[in-house]
Amino acid sequence: MEWLVPFTLTVITASTPLLLAASGELITEKSGVLNLGVEGMMLVGAIAGFAVTASSGSAILGIAAAVIAGVLMSLIFAFLTLTLMANQVATGLALTIFGIGFSALVGSKFVGFAIEPLPGLSIPGISAIPIIGPILFGQDFLVYLSIAVVIGVGWFLAKSRAGLVLKAVGDSHHSAHAIGYSVIKIRYLATMFGGAMAGLGGAYLSLSYTPMWAENMTAGRGWIALALVVFATWRPGRLLAGAYMFGLISVMQLHAQGAGIHVPSQFMSMLPYLATIIVLVIISSDRAKIRLNAPACIGQAFRPAH
Amino acid sequence: MVRLEPRRQHSQAMVYLSPVLAIFMTLVVGGIIFAFLGKNPFDALYTFFILPINNSYGISELFVKATPLVIIAVGLAMGFRANVWNIGAEGQLTMGAIFGGGLALYFHDSESLLLLPAMFVLGAIGGAFWASIPALLRTKFNANEILTSLMLTYVATLFLSFLVHGPWRNPEGFNFPESRPFPDAGLLPIIYDGTRVHLGTAVAVFVVIAGWLLLSKSVIGFQLRVVGKAPQAARHVGFRQKRMVWFTLLLGGALAGLAGLFEVSGPIGQLQPSISPGYGFTAIIVAFLGRLHPVGILFGGLIMALTYLGGELAQITLGLPNAVTGLFQGILLFFLLACDVLTKYRIRFGSIAAKGRTA
Repeated sequence: MEWLVPFTLTVITASTPLLLAASGELITEKSGVLNLGVEGMMLVGAIAGFAVTASSGSAILGIAAAVIAGVLMSLIFAFLTLTLMANQVATGLALTIFGIGFSALVGSKFVGFAIEPLPGLSIPGISAIPIIGPILFGQDFLVYLSIAVVIGVGWFLAKSRAGLVLKAVGDSHHSAHAIGYSVIKIRYLATMFGGAMAGLGGAYLSLSYTPMWAENMTAGRGWIALALVVFATWRPGRLLAGAYMFGLISVMQLHAQGAGIHVPSQFMSMLPYLATIIVLVIISSDRAKIRLNAPACIGQAFRPAH
Repeated sequence: MVRLEPRRQHSQAMVYLSPVLAIFMTLVVGGIIFAFLGKNPFDALYTFFILPINNSYGISELFVKATPLVIIAVGLAMGFRANVWNIGAEGQLTMGAIFGGGLALYFHDSESLLLLPAMFVLGAIGGAFWASIPALLRTKFNANEILTSLMLTYVATLFLSFLVHGPWRNPEGFNFPESRPFPDAGLLPIIYDGTRVHLGTAVAVFVVIAGWLLLSKSVIGFQLRVVGKAPQAARHVGFRQKRMVWFTLLLGGALAGLAGLFEVSGPIGQLQPSISPGYGFTAIIVAFLGRLHPVGILFGGLIMALTYLGGELAQITLGLPNAVTGLFQGILLFFLLACDVLTKYRIRFGSIAAKGRTA
């Protein structure tokens, strides 16, 4: 059983960026906005976090920079789609293309830099307990934050008044507008939250998962996060399970070699992408379930008719 | 306060003006970015956009780079018109290269004149096959083709990497991850001596004309135009959405596969882990820049090809990272989408109260 602890630890670290980015996107989509730029926002968050951490020596500043960078990216998207009513799908793609280029440009100065990974929690005595110590009490704070975020999102949507308003805006923007809510303002805020969480997810990659910068280091995780939201049928509880399942699948390749399974590494690397497709197919084929849970106005532009 | 007021009719003038406006704004922002990077903005813009094409060889290279972009974008545009978002053209390109290139490797000592045409067919089949997966998953299982086609791009790239690292590695090479060179019979003929302009460029022009005819003269072209303009009306008169999904994905996949085959049997001449600097993604921008119209796409393809050439030159002469190309492409698409607002809306200055007085 000695493999169990390191295995679980890698699953947690692989799941955390997905969980953060997907939680943010879930809120964005619940407000009726489909932001396909998660991959781009994560990359810009990753380089912002890394660049500021490497230059200032402070991971806290780096994480703050990643959040701000993610929000700024999401504001570009929000301005184009909400204010100028541009097509959300095309704008999301543009955000990803821009994010890949921008992060690579800024990051070209930081290739090969090394930083200290985020420190893990260390409670004297408790963190040293075999098995549960390192797994439950030895993570860095972004891991705990990711769990807190998904619980918070769940509470927000199910219990809070603001969450009800958000869902109303996503399900029927004209009714929400008629009652007197500012659809555009609420969607701006939801999109910004999505950006903040994507930036944070990116920062987790460059500050903790692999504490370095590499071009395109998200390797499709932003897209997988988008698929996770569908997989979860827009419910935070299932999002948590889904993110951890994907984390599990994506680290299997690391451990398969060690377990003596000799499949070419490329085929192991395909697993997360193939799993995403399979999962999407299984969930989407239940049309009734999708229709019941998906925000009715997703992807539609809203123009208040005075 | 600035408000948007809907136009009664889409402004035809803005449809054509908005790409020009977007390109101009991209140049301005590009200049500012260059200044931030510590370069003289005018020198840098000159290096990026003029220097690559101030000689005949440069112009020929522009055609070489525009070839895959135009071929892919014509296919994608058909889908975008029908709200079918195939963004996995890069994967379909890769599969086309694998299918068609595989044939060249199997017959690596062939001198047959039939080899090249057979490679064309297999390339198109490879791309169409890869695109048929998202089509099947969308029509049968309601799965979002954006995500499935993109995920399949990663799978295709990894599969190519497996092939050139493993079974298809050149047995006479030096353990480099690349295939044998294709036989001469499997290489595209150069159509203009002294350049790299190959038969594929001529095919690209043919694709533009065929795409134009398809869109303006055929029944399915008519349906594509209606679906794009009035989706509800299209549903009302009974255009079958599923047929549209299959048609646009298969066409887009086949063209992307063909473009991939042209890359490996043209400029590259063998299979290697990386066969495209993101042509499949850039073609998305080309499609929008060309107003989803084959003729517009021809121009859009040339402009985006220039960003590749400019990026390469700026890397060599100014020491700028190659990523500048992607950055420019993203900014251009942002501005294009923003400017397109002007086709549907008029910008009005002044408050709502002011409008009340005039009404």
